[in-house]
Amino acid sequence: MSKLTPVLSANWDEKDSFTIAGYKRNGGYKAIEKALAMEPDAVIQSVKDSGLRGRGGAGFPTGMKWGFIPQGDNKEHYFVVNADESEPGTCKDTPLMMANPHVLIEGIIIGSYAIRANHAFIYIRGEVAHVIRRVQQAIEDAYKAGYLGKNILGKGFDLELILHVGAGAYICGEETALLDSLEGFRGQPRLRPPFPAIAGLYARPTIVNNVETVASVPSIIANGPEWFAAIGTEKSKGYTLYSLSGHVNNPGQFEAPLGITLRELLELAGGIRNGHKLKFWTPGGSSTPLFTDAHLDTPLDYEGVSAAGSMLGTKALQIFDETTCIVRAVLRWTEFYKHESCGKCTPCREGTWWLVQILKDLEHGKGTAEDLDKLLDLCDNIMGRSFCALADGAASPIISSIRYFKDEYLQHLAIGGCPFDSVASTIFATSPAGGAK
Amino acid sequence: MPFTNEDFTVIDSIINRYPRKRSAIMPLLHFAQARDGYVTNESIETIAEKLDLETAEVIAVVSFYTQYKREPVGEYHVGVCINTLCAVMGGDAIYEGLKEHLGIENNCATKDGKVSLERIECNAACDYAPVVMANWEFYDNQTVQSAKDLVDAIRSGNPPAPTRGPDKLPTWRENSAVLAGISDGRAGEGVSAGEPSLLGLKLSKEGK
Repeated sequence: MSKLTPVLSANWDEKDSFTIAGYKRNGGYKAIEKALAMEPDAVIQSVKDSGLRGRGGAGFPTGMKWGFIPQGDNKEHYFVVNADESEPGTCKDTPLMMANPHVLIEGIIIGSYAIRANHAFIYIRGEVAHVIRRVQQAIEDAYKAGYLGKNILGKGFDLELILHVGAGAYICGEETALLDSLEGFRGQPRLRPPFPAIAGLYARPTIVNNVETVASVPSIIANGPEWFAAIGTEKSKGYTLYSLSGHVNNPGQFEAPLGITLRELLELAGGIRNGHKLKFWTPGGSSTPLFTDAHLDTPLDYEGVSAAGSMLGTKALQIFDETTCIVRAVLRWTEFYKHESCGKCTPCREGTWWLVQILKDLEHGKGTAEDLDKLLDLCDNIMGRSFCALADGAASPIISSIRYFKDEYLQHLAIGGCPFDSVASTIFATSPAGGAK
Repeated sequence: MPFTNEDFTVIDSIINRYPRKRSAIMPLLHFAQARDGYVTNESIETIAEKLDLETAEVIAVVSFYTQYKREPVGEYHVGVCINTLCAVMGGDAIYEGLKEHLGIENNCATKDGKVSLERIECNAACDYAPVVMANWEFYDNQTVQSAKDLVDAIRSGNPPAPTRGPDKLPTWRENSAVLAGISDGRAGEGVSAGEPSLLGLKLSKEGK
């Protein structure tokens, strides 16, 4: 039996999977009939019972989050989808929205009904034009079919859904920065509390959920929370999209039960590229501490990855083989965090700048061994000292790389430069060892 | 170029999408780029006036987001992903190759105004690395040569279709309109998904 459990991706190989007809042919928009016949609180209870947790990085229980929205408060409520997929390595929501935007819309209708919101937004990053087209068209078609707008399915529920396109700022994937951006400001994170469930968009109760999280809801309603809870591990329920990229023979998307291991996924991806071996990898994007070949059998669920010292994050498994220089890799991620720091908090704004200077020197074989202590000291002064987790993410690759590859940093100093040939790690390298495909 | 009545009709329709009008600032700026190719001072003044903001407040938003340009970019804006994974897989070599081939620096355009070049961050297509974007359409699994061929074809007026996108590569201004939420009717073009996106599904059907 296959280890994989395609649900969200089950129809992606059909030519019209992104159309309303293609979605309905596979049972689409059946779950809203069921949900709209339930009490909103019963919908929230079903999502709680399923054990669904956020798929955007933090892993917070979705049903519990929905339950935080105050009811009977006579205020507008908002349902916002975080489609600003930008965490380095993360590439699951983009193909999902390109191939199956209607499953997201169905999830939005159910979620909005549950929290009593009559306005919903999809905040999508601006650098994916064709995905924007597909989602925009899907929204228009859902309106025409009566799944959005006034009196949906004759049940007296109204919902307006607006696609909002970002403009190139990683930080807007942070939920409060996203809300500031959606309100028309620079996208900078807010101090919490109050949390968005109390004071979110326009200071009204707001849910912000990741694309994959919301898209998982129709299957829970259609098949029942028990069905979903039977997949995965004890505390990490359900199926999820794992994205393998980098030095593997066959990179791609693998929808599997939570708790699968990298060893199993590598087998499906045809292994590390021929003639090479695994050196380091990220379990959930560049903000999650690095793993090595010692973590091949770590269960990739929320608890398993945490226990091993990292985070499941977005399940973006970026795989690097022995041709890759760790200092170069970490420097480049650090340049990214410096570039994307919004500048609001001093430790992050100034700290990421200093981290880049020191790492640049180290990559070029300048500096001293004490610089490694300085890096760790800087990380200590950045982590947990800013409004949002971008700063924590910036420290993750540095701290974990020094833990596992300190000798390689020192080797740069010993020879006065980088000991690696960057050509050997490219996909078009032809090396005696076999090289890329 | 002064704003026409037609422009104001679009502007009003964008503002009317939102419960509060300030939220319309981002799509209005995308629309400004669809109109002029970049965000002009005139656009900033018009948007400020429509949203009851100071021009400084609009400029604060423009300068925060890298997709908003204050100077003209090429008719085809080419982005090379240089975040770690793409860089290692060949993105650095592709960027250097294009820079040399086109004879331009980061965030600059060729003299004929056809192509501009930008080092971009992770574009959510890592399983297709190395990735090059043109006007925010995907060109997957690139090499130095294929990227050079792409910009050559663009300059000769015959760009190849994106790997996962519409049948014909739209111009920068055309796609800025799409980003402003103005449909070009091309959502149905192109594949549902590329091969890597389908790999898990395919293996599960084979029982693996």
